[in-house]
Amino acid sequence: MAEFIQHVINGISLGSVYALIAIGYSMVYGILQLINFAHGEVVMLSSVFGFYVAPYFLAHMDPSIGLFLVVLTVAMVGCGIVGFLIERLAYRPLRKAPRINCLITAIGVSLFIQYFTQLDFVFGAIPQSYPELMSREVYFTIAGAEVSNLQVLVLGLSFVLMVALQWIVYRTKLGKAMRAVSENTEVSALLGIPVDRVISFTFILGSVLAAAAGTLVSTMYPKVDALMGTLLGLKAFVAAVLGGIGSIPGAVLGGLVMGMAEEFTVGYLSSSFRDAIAFAILIVVLLVRPSGLLGKSRIEKV
Amino acid sequence: MTYRSMIKFFVPLAVVVAMSFVSACKKKTEDVITIGEYGSMTGTEATFGISTHRGIEMAIEAVNAAGGVKGKKLKLISYDNQGKAEESVTAVTKLITKDNVDVIIGEVASSRSKAAAPVAQRYQVPMISPSSTNPEVTAIGDYIFRVCFIDPFQGSVLAVFATENLKAKTAALLIDKKSDYSVGLADFFTKKFTALGGKIIVEQNYVGGDIDFKAQLTAIKAKNPDVIMVPGYYTEVGLMMKQAKDLGLKAVFIGGDGWDSPKLAEIAGPALNGNYMSNHYTTDDKDPRVQEFIKKYQAKFNEVPDGLAALGYDAALVLVDALNRAPDFSKKSIRDALAQTKSFAGVTGVITMDHNRNASKPAVVVQAQDLVFRFVRKIEP
Repeated sequence: MAEFIQHVINGISLGSVYALIAIGYSMVYGILQLINFAHGEVVMLSSVFGFYVAPYFLAHMDPSIGLFLVVLTVAMVGCGIVGFLIERLAYRPLRKAPRINCLITAIGVSLFIQYFTQLDFVFGAIPQSYPELMSREVYFTIAGAEVSNLQVLVLGLSFVLMVALQWIVYRTKLGKAMRAVSENTEVSALLGIPVDRVISFTFILGSVLAAAAGTLVSTMYPKVDALMGTLLGLKAFVAAVLGGIGSIPGAVLGGLVMGMAEEFTVGYLSSSFRDAIAFAILIVVLLVRPSGLLGKSRIEKV
Repeated sequence: MTYRSMIKFFVPLAVVVAMSFVSACKKKTEDVITIGEYGSMTGTEATFGISTHRGIEMAIEAVNAAGGVKGKKLKLISYDNQGKAEESVTAVTKLITKDNVDVIIGEVASSRSKAAAPVAQRYQVPMISPSSTNPEVTAIGDYIFRVCFIDPFQGSVLAVFATENLKAKTAALLIDKKSDYSVGLADFFTKKFTALGGKIIVEQNYVGGDIDFKAQLTAIKAKNPDVIMVPGYYTEVGLMMKQAKDLGLKAVFIGGDGWDSPKLAEIAGPALNGNYMSNHYTTDDKDPRVQEFIKKYQAKFNEVPDGLAALGYDAALVLVDALNRAPDFSKKSIRDALAQTKSFAGVTGVITMDHNRNASKPAVVVQAQDLVFRFVRKIEP
């Protein structure tokens, strides 16, 4: 029993990280129908920011939740700026271009950031260990399964951020504008909604969530590596598709399903199947529900 | 084409052609012996390549300062393979066909040595692996050598140590399925451990580059083994130890020379303490040769040399020893001289090439105490 509960706890904390990243993919897709392949790289940059910034704060503060929040804020601001720049410099000039051009540009941006980060004067190609922001302790035990403060933090922070996001999207004017642009860009523009600004904001929002995910990943798995964004990004993308791309609750559900599926595959089947099972689930779901678990099926006008 | 655009097109073309002509005409200088090196200077196993390179560099500098080999200086050409097997093949091909090296030193990881060795064998260029322990590496051909022990021995050392020193009856395995080294070492450990009466009660896999091992560790914890055998490389092992502590896993970790890196302590932190690894040498060795090497290395690089630096150093010196004995510097003569290496006193022990071109040497088992590995036991082959 303890083993089972431990797997559930591990699965939820891994799934929450996927969910945070998946939301970024889903939001951008919902508005631009663009798969932002550079999103995984924003996650990586968040860890790189943390890696450079943390030592300055560590000189004045002890590892604690406060330090974590400070580094998190810096990473969020940094990644927000990066997200804004990616949209402004790479995607906006292509707003009127065919969708395939944007897709290829997205792959280009992703590779550019990966290899730029690998330059020696930026971060370098050698994986580094992430400074310890919080000392890990066992928080409490449920039926013999140990829950650490980090796992509680991952879950808590993900929950808070998702609620905040839901509030922004459904309760603010900007959120209303985002939903309008996602429904129909041209009509929104006619109605006086500043479409470009709304899209910039969407990228910033997505990147801020990616920053949170990156800082959480590095705190749990203290390794920073210029290529770490690729696999995380891919898994989160699958989670977004699984949940129904374009849908925020879908991204959260997809992330949790992915995390759980991986965890239970390793725990009860074989660790060799880890990624295979996650992708198999994706294929099955897409066969049965092509728009994903919570996705709306759109009728494409031909 | 307008006149101006023709200039724009043809002038750079002419420059390129002229430059390639000049470089093609540059004659290979006859008074140096070129040594090619390929290794993982970047990537997840970056410290392997960097340490090895430093060891080789130090040995070559010392030899050149003393006048070289029979009046010829040694020249080292190094390429980074980013820790990838396919890049290793490219690097070795380039070393042989473009740089015309006389001999090659590399790699640390067995998977990468195995990928590149067939190229060296095909062109009949001697290759010395400083620290690939998988037995299949030198089986590729008669031009492939190594200066370290092999995994059947290392696996049995770990099994003997687990049974005799740790009194372990049960063990868990956590294997990198994509690494020849990891799979091979786990296999040899299992054979010896079961022969000694132990039992493998759970086996889990991962893939190099993974960061989350909680699922595997939770499954291992449920079976409650005496030891966890992790024949992996340091980045993943460091993360595992940290996560194991997080999950309240009490069993001790044991593993092979793939752990050997200053980064391990950095990643694992205090979770490293108490765990054991087998290695090629220990800094606690009182042998003056070892202590002098450590002193010189520290003075040069401001870091305590790990086993891979020591093996890189030994690989270069074994090569120099062979060059001194070879009647001429043809690749065939260098190969024959390497094959006859006998009782060469290196930092990592006395090296004699057996008929399979492997060095048979004792191994040490060390334990992490306050983030430093301390000598526990030496096991002879």
